[in-house]
Amino acid sequence: MCGAKAGGPDLAGVDVASETIIQGSVTRDGEPISGYVRLLDGGGEFTAEVPTSATGQFRFFAAPGTWTLRALVPGATVDRTVVAQQGAAADVAIAV
Amino acid sequence: MSRSDVLVDADWVQSHIDDPKVVIVEVDEDTSAYEKNHIRNAVRIDWKSDLQDPVRRDFVDQAGFEALLSAKGIGNDDTVVLYGGNNNWFASYAYWYFKLYGHDSVKLLDGGRKKWELDSRDLVVEVPERAATTYKAKEQDTSIRAYRDDAVAAINTLNLVDVRSPDEFSGKLLAPAHLPQEQSQRPGHIPSARNIPWSKNANDDGTFKSDEELTKLYQDENVDLAKDTIAYCRIGERSALTWFVLHELLDQPNVKNYDGSWTEYGSLVGVPIELGANA
Repeated sequence: MCGAKAGGPDLAGVDVASETIIQGSVTRDGEPISGYVRLLDGGGEFTAEVPTSATGQFRFFAAPGTWTLRALVPGATVDRTVVAQQGAAADVAIAV
Repeated sequence: MSRSDVLVDADWVQSHIDDPKVVIVEVDEDTSAYEKNHIRNAVRIDWKSDLQDPVRRDFVDQAGFEALLSAKGIGNDDTVVLYGGNNNWFASYAYWYFKLYGHDSVKLLDGGRKKWELDSRDLVVEVPERAATTYKAKEQDTSIRAYRDDAVAAINTLNLVDVRSPDEFSGKLLAPAHLPQEQSQRPGHIPSARNIPWSKNANDDGTFKSDEELTKLYQDENVDLAKDTIAYCRIGERSALTWFVLHELLDQPNVKNYDGSWTEYGSLVGVPIELGANA
């Protein structure tokens, strides 16, 4: 698989209006990288974790508020803060 | 039991990959992960199609478990090493099944698939062939399984440990945040339950914390380990991990996993429910 898609996975078939979506991609030097993304709540507590897809993408169904995304890949850990709201997917590009 | 009897590290697995008496088994929430790649010589157990009754909400019965393990080429005297994604949630769930049906030697790979991947260890696509066995399961050991009536009776009496994330416990979310949130049951938790998320048992790489750290975790949360304990989550897989910590790593005898968990309790008519964060 070459070339990372910007942003998170395609939202076709997802009920965006009723969900609070946080999604995005993890790349190294512009290429998708396989690893894991954790979602931590406002208190820093683990809420969920997913492996990245073959195109480096990930998605969470959260609740409105401020969250931290933590990308775990071989040799690196990167945190990003994100504000999520219902009805509009928050897209986060994480370069490691 | 002690930690070394029930938990092995990647080096141990690496050195036993070709041991015919050791069967490595991958159990994932994402059951297609095995098809992408897996540890060499590992077989797959599908937590949904292999371990659940196809019609009723319950486990495969004793005969079903025997048929499954026989087909997978697992013998009664084999050492089974379980690993999987999601920090071993479903591998822990399978571990609990193996113990429920009385398998003697079963271990978890510390850190599971994630740690193996983050360490850039080899994964392959070849599926091993194992000759079928004639596996004999024991009757379910219900001393490690709680039912809904046990959960209701435990309110304000026994330790109830809710291992979901704080937002699921308080009622803000109905499922872990990698799943869609539309669910039929009511949000909240069982009254008097302590919220000790499963993740507090583990490091970021999925390995378990030390026995000292784990003991302190439950002491600091006022879990009186002299009393019986019931752990639950949403469908019983994350609480199987906490059951593993309390029953297997910390050697606490009176710990049960309530596999009905919130998807059952939160759908019961008339039972008490509490909302809000840990008191």
